[in-house]
Amino acid sequence: MLRMVVCVKQVPDTTEVRIDPETNTLIREGVPSILNPFDAHATEAAVQLKEKYGGHITALSMGPPQAAEALKKCITFGVDQAVLLSDRAFAGSDTLATSCAVTAGLRKIAQEDGLDLVLCGKQAIDGDTAQVGPGIASRLGFPQITYAIGIDKIELDQRTIKVHRRLERGIETVQAPLPALVTCVEEMNELRYASLPNMIRAARYKPEVWTAADLDVDEESLGLHGSPTVVARIFAPPEREPGEMIPGGADDPAGAAASLLDKLLEHLAAGAGE
Amino acid sequence: MSESEGAIAPKFDVIVVGAGPAGVAAATVCARAGLETIVFERGRKPGVKNVMGGVLYTRPTAEVFGEFWKDAPLERCVIEQNAWILTEDSAIKLGYRSRQFAEDIPNSFTVLRVRIDEYFAQQAEAAGALIINETKVDEVLQEDGRAAGVRTGRPEGEVYAPIVIIAEGVNCELTKALDMQSDLRLEDAASTVKEIIRLDREVIEDRFSLGPEEGATIEMYGASTQGMLGTAFLYTNQESISLGVGVLLADAVKDHTTPFDMLKQLKQHPVVAPLIAGGESGEYMSHLIPEGGYNRLPALFGHGVMVVGDAAQLVNGLHREGSNHAILSGKMAAETAIEAHEKGDFSAKTLHKYRQRLEKEAPTMNDLRKYRRATGFMERHPWMLSLYPQLAADSIADMMTVDPETKRTKQWNIVKDVIRRGWIPRMVWDAIDGGRSLI
Ligand SMILES: Cc1cc2nc3c(=O)[nH]c(=O)nc-3n(C[C@H](O)[C@H](O)[C@H](O)COP(=O)(O)OP(=O)(O)OC[C@H]3O[C@@H](n4cnc5c(N)ncnc54)[C@H](O)[C@@H]3O)c2cc1C
Repeated sequence: MLRMVVCVKQVPDTTEVRIDPETNTLIREGVPSILNPFDAHATEAAVQLKEKYGGHITALSMGPPQAAEALKKCITFGVDQAVLLSDRAFAGSDTLATSCAVTAGLRKIAQEDGLDLVLCGKQAIDGDTAQVGPGIASRLGFPQITYAIGIDKIELDQRTIKVHRRLERGIETVQAPLPALVTCVEEMNELRYASLPNMIRAARYKPEVWTAADLDVDEESLGLHGSPTVVARIFAPPEREPGEMIPGGADDPAGAAASLLDKLLEHLAAGAGE
Repeated sequence: MSESEGAIAPKFDVIVVGAGPAGVAAATVCARAGLETIVFERGRKPGVKNVMGGVLYTRPTAEVFGEFWKDAPLERCVIEQNAWILTEDSAIKLGYRSRQFAEDIPNSFTVLRVRIDEYFAQQAEAAGALIINETKVDEVLQEDGRAAGVRTGRPEGEVYAPIVIIAEGVNCELTKALDMQSDLRLEDAASTVKEIIRLDREVIEDRFSLGPEEGATIEMYGASTQGMLGTAFLYTNQESISLGVGVLLADAVKDHTTPFDMLKQLKQHPVVAPLIAGGESGEYMSHLIPEGGYNRLPALFGHGVMVVGDAAQLVNGLHREGSNHAILSGKMAAETAIEAHEKGDFSAKTLHKYRQRLEKEAPTMNDLRKYRRATGFMERHPWMLSLYPQLAADSIADMMTVDPETKRTKQWNIVKDVIRRGWIPRMVWDAIDGGRSLI
């Protein structure tokens, strides 16, 4: 049986986040929280693997008590069990401290139930670092396969996994021994409409909560203590200059086209002169 | 209660369709009595699809949600209520302000629906009800001529329960499919739009002379809806103003005006514009209000089914009250569902008690009965919102203008004007019919 864990994060819906122009901080107030979209694809990947090979899926998240909502969302996909790492000691974690805490959670799961495959999203949309998945893999000593767009197959007796990865110039297919860690991009799959029984199960579900005391981990590596990252400055990208409009297209298309041509030629000439 | 194992559809004691105030009130009361209750809401979460002015009335709400005002996300406690009659460029203002409205049990609060609906939903969940969001009910399932469950749009989407409470709001698709009501007539529904205009807290408190938690409401009649049958409203929230217009669908269709146009005009009205000046437009929402009144109520119950809130047209259009009807009807349907479960009889014979409860115990229903003639009143007197406001405004302006004419001459001029325009018979008929409709 394939023992899987999906690592997920609750994030503010960045499509609704605005930046305060004066303080340069994110205005999170009133912004709804969602399951990180890449993690949703990782969760769906786990569920599809379970349908194909059988197995058991645990969703694991580190976050404040409200992050239970993101885990409940995972249950609607068909995940079997959900665990929330929640403790004051985790507050203020950067990607390093987060990797440490989540790794400790995964070790506990591995000891108690076994662990063959960890799935993560490529990155979280609120920080875009893409560091936590690889950070966990290196701490667990698992091979890491990033930017996965499809899982070709799993050989349960050989204990191998074959995965397609999205590279800048093409697709790479790699094989790794299990246990392994895979980070997923959206191309991995299409999210399905959750079934009603799963929705009902999720509405009733209360994720298990583990605190720092439940984990075998050095407290110094957690939370603010364990977070060397310093955010030097946050700023909104400068507004892009508006493009130039060439008027008269409706009344005098030929004239407008001619003046466009002139401008392009001018531009080319300027470029050639540089 | 079975978890869905394989093909067995889940079973509950009560299914509620719609997580507006009516549905959530029903679910809360059912769940508190220990009934396994499931609520389906097609929106992302309760409240996101809902539009309300809105003023929430404390007492009816407290009947289900206790002393909610102590911890619910409310905007402002209404201490001043105004009624304005607008003409093209002026207004006659009438208002009542009293701190008493805020004392002891406050009378009413302005609210923003997304926030308050979420609070109500939390109360229902705390009582043990399951709220399933993002799930639309497509059909009420029937067995042997009685409602037996619902089919949702999700895979393996059927659920069963001996009682289905329909709280689907004004769109009434399910009740229509069950032949419990026919299509809403254009005369029986108002089309409304509402905009939330963001303003600083201090600006609002300054413009309306309010203390930190105090709120004011303004209902506007007359030119605010261009003489069409309808009203406009302005409610103060903590850091925004809710401004909206409602007009009878029949009029909007006849005059080819949309409430959007009317809202735009209202925002430019010289009396309204200064109140919202400098505000930033936020959300924009439109919605129907059922205004058929008592005479147009649909079938409120059947075998295994009850209809509550806007879905049952339980709205007092004249006083812009809906959420109180919704909550009380939800509560009474729930009490009837509890009784049915005790008796083990879910037929119309037991469920007709729901209507009895409403007629006997709900003050809101009493109001609807009282105003049953009022609904048609405006149709019978279409000139009401154009004739009187103008006449009154002209007369007041005339009387207040200091010029060589004596006040007596001015009064006489007004009377002569009314006679000359041939308004006397209309006014007599307005008074007689108005008296019968409202008193
Ligand atoms: C502009 C405006 C201003 C108003 N102002 C006030 C006011 O100031 N004070 C006041 O008391 N009342 C006011 N009302 C009236 C009040 O909003 C309604 O009477 C009240 O919301 C009715 O509650 P309800 O639960 O019956 O319906 P709704 O609040 O409409 O809730 C129905 C719910 O059912 C869901 N639903 C519908 N069909 C389905 C389906 N098939 N499957 C799943 N879910 C479904 C909807 O998404 C919705 O959430 C106002 C209304 C409007 C439009």
